Amino acid sequence: MAEEIEQPVHFAFDAESEAEIATHLAKYPPGRQASAVIPLLYVVQAQMKRSTGSAWVPRVAMDAVAARLGMPPIRVYEVATFYLMFNTRPIGKFHLQVCTTTPCWLRGSDEVTAACRKATGIKAWGETSADGMFTMTEVECVGACVNAPILQVDDDFYEDMDAARTEALLAALRRGERPPAGSMAGRQGSAPEGGPTTLLEPTVAE
Amino acid sequence: MPKVTVDGITVEVPAGSNVLQACELAGKEIPRFCYHERLSVAGNCRMCLVEIEKAPPKPISSCSYPVADGMVVHTDSPMVRAARRGVMEFLLINHPLDCPICDQGGECDLQDQAVGYGMDHTRYGENKRAVKDKYLGPLVKTVMTRCIHCTRCIRFAAEVAGTPELGATARGESMEVGTYIEHALTSELSGNLIDICPVGALTSKPYAFVARPWELRKTDSIDVLDATGANIRIDARGPEVLRILPRVNDDVNEEWLGDKSRFAIDGLRRKRLDSCWVRRDGKLHRASWAEAFDAIAARIDGVHGDRIGAVAGDLCDAESMLALRDLMATLGSQNLDCRQDGAALDASRRDFYLFNTTIAGIEEADAILLVGTNPRHEAPLINARIRKRWLATGAHMPILGIGPEVPLTYDVRWLGNTPRLLNDLGDAAGLLRDAKRPMLVLGQGALRRPDGAAILAAAWRVATDHGMLTGDWHGFNVLHTAAARVGGMDLGFLPGPRGKPLAGMLDGGVEVLWLLGADEIAPERIGRNTFVIYQGHHGDRGASRADVILPGAAYTEKNGTYVNTEGRVQRGFFATYPPGQAREDWKILRAFSDRIGRRLPYDTIEALRARLEQINPVFARLDASPRFGISDPAGPAGDPAAVGDAAFALPIESYYQTDPISRASPTMAECTTTYRPVAAVAAE
Repeated sequence: MAEEIEQPVHFAFDAESEAEIATHLAKYPPGRQASAVIPLLYVVQAQMKRSTGSAWVPRVAMDAVAARLGMPPIRVYEVATFYLMFNTRPIGKFHLQVCTTTPCWLRGSDEVTAACRKATGIKAWGETSADGMFTMTEVECVGACVNAPILQVDDDFYEDMDAARTEALLAALRRGERPPAGSMAGRQGSAPEGGPTTLLEPTVAE
Repeated sequence: MPKVTVDGITVEVPAGSNVLQACELAGKEIPRFCYHERLSVAGNCRMCLVEIEKAPPKPISSCSYPVADGMVVHTDSPMVRAARRGVMEFLLINHPLDCPICDQGGECDLQDQAVGYGMDHTRYGENKRAVKDKYLGPLVKTVMTRCIHCTRCIRFAAEVAGTPELGATARGESMEVGTYIEHALTSELSGNLIDICPVGALTSKPYAFVARPWELRKTDSIDVLDATGANIRIDARGPEVLRILPRVNDDVNEEWLGDKSRFAIDGLRRKRLDSCWVRRDGKLHRASWAEAFDAIAARIDGVHGDRIGAVAGDLCDAESMLALRDLMATLGSQNLDCRQDGAALDASRRDFYLFNTTIAGIEEADAILLVGTNPRHEAPLINARIRKRWLATGAHMPILGIGPEVPLTYDVRWLGNTPRLLNDLGDAAGLLRDAKRPMLVLGQGALRRPDGAAILAAAWRVATDHGMLTGDWHGFNVLHTAAARVGGMDLGFLPGPRGKPLAGMLDGGVEVLWLLGADEIAPERIGRNTFVIYQGHHGDRGASRADVILPGAAYTEKNGTYVNTEGRVQRGFFATYPPGQAREDWKILRAFSDRIGRRLPYDTIEALRARLEQINPVFARLDASPRFGISDPAGPAGDPAAVGDAAFALPIESYYQTDPISRASPTMAECTTTYRPVAAVAAE
């Protein structure tokens, strides 16, 4: 748990975070600020990414969120540990989240996993590569089954993956490039391969 | 009120009840783990499943399903039986089979319900999960693998105790109950977690591996370590008190108990006075009762009554105080005092020194002014009641404080720390005036000071000026810290017309001083040539200064009457014998009176109690604390204008060590070390 890793001793929101916090807090009526706990944990994670290159939520930051929202710290710990999108330990520069739920698995997520392992040298789920570039996590359904299999890198979905595309993507990330997210097979959104087959005529509403 | 039929029995239940409560009204037992009457409903253990006609055709958790008129409930249908068996099988998947080494064994809800509602085998063949134990402080032991995630402890800590430090972190298979960041619970009510935990995950650390419940002799009694008068059950085996548990009394402690009252009992075995001692040539020597009585008789022979005094301590029962008072009367002494701390209590009217609103009455208050008090340490159960009321008002009830700012379990607006505020509350006065039932709590910290009488009068004037005293509401409250205090006031253990108060007896004001369990007086304040008789149960401050020591009985070792801070007369019963030569205190006094030829007129405790009732009829009304309004608003003697401007100091430094018993307790000593300084936690 929390005490196994080295934790920073200090955390303060920076100006960019403060601006975001203000917009989040404005959404909730007075006395209901605790509702903003998930958005604020995202803010923390983004700030950590900016300042340290690793998107995670240290314990002092959870305490800062608790103090800002006037809630007991344990209530923030509960939320932060419950949701898998919050990392309670440091991660690599890129967070590779491989979906292995049935549709992705049927469409070849094992291949994607193997390619990630080969390219990064990571042995087990949750590990960070030796160069600190990648952390690989197994996630449950990310809700993009029609374009399975999915490899989510940080907040971006890379869809229709296979081994070659995975290796190419990771190589590009290593070079500092950020290929556009979406279907790697060139599909438009979730349309069939080769282009749309329906809704080709102008509709009545026009 | 809706009518509900449970297994063919039709009952009327209050609107807003849940199905589980309706089933209980119909006399049907519903198994449950997460549901607890005094906590919010979680509905996560699924053990209380029932079948309801014309509801969704599936088992329904009765604790979280509201009743409706005409509802038909089945608690013993094939579907319900199968559902309970299934739930129990799931609960036992990860529960270890370690009952033989589990302290909960014999009083375990899971054990009982597994036998009553479960299957005789499991179909689960995989590995069970194991969870790391948590450190929750010196009182609560954890074996987290046994936890079934009912979340009662989490809800208790957040709701009743007001110290939201426990939570469920991570999820699913990895979910764990704990504090996440390891630290000792900061609540004075943490022992109650042990009671509400339905399994052996949270058990008592000091009581670990000590006894099985069926070995214990159970005696009803009254707690004396604070002035709340919590109802307790003393569990003893042979000559030893092994643990203390709360009894249910909705008017006093509900079903909770403060940690000091629960865990200080190892102090009952240590530093005990088990024989008489007589000081000869500056040294105490063991003596027989006859020798000790002879020594006292020889010393008081010929001493004028005015030169003899008696002080009653904080843990005394009313019977022994009356016996000592009567003994002093036969000696011609009026020098009596039961106020060891010199608090300026006014005995001229009973409501000048009582918690008149009553503890249950707090739940009707809609504004509170705290004066010179930290209820969290002085009476944790009353503090819990204030928090309960505060939560019931949606955390909106104004609670104002005059005194040092201490972390309480509700929001307090601190006005400052000077008694002068009593004469000018500023804009806070409006909050009290706007309230329908405002109350004021005056702590001992406000009274045990030179201007105590003025503060008492000023506080009374605040009460009259702000609508706290009406025909049906008495909002003036004195919060006591000593269990014996109100009883002593009620039976008149106070200086007579020619008598000296405590201050007059110290520094050589009397030649002979009889201390009945009085341990809070600094020994150096007693005159060098004063002959001190200490009668009590612990070798504490009083005994260290004594010339003759008479070993008495602790509260677990005698039948005694106690009056709590709200004036409720309650009786505790004898649970174990006092050690060695020690005897019940009133018997010691009765025997001594015989030795000096001034025999007290009672031979049995019944006769003594009859005399008690004759002195003050309130002693005849057991366990009653009638609520009353006020007809005569005249206040206590004292000039409200004479209040000083010295800041209030609180009477209790460490909650865990306040009296001879808790000072002798290693568990309480460990708590004092662990919990210093007390961490502040935001109220939820």
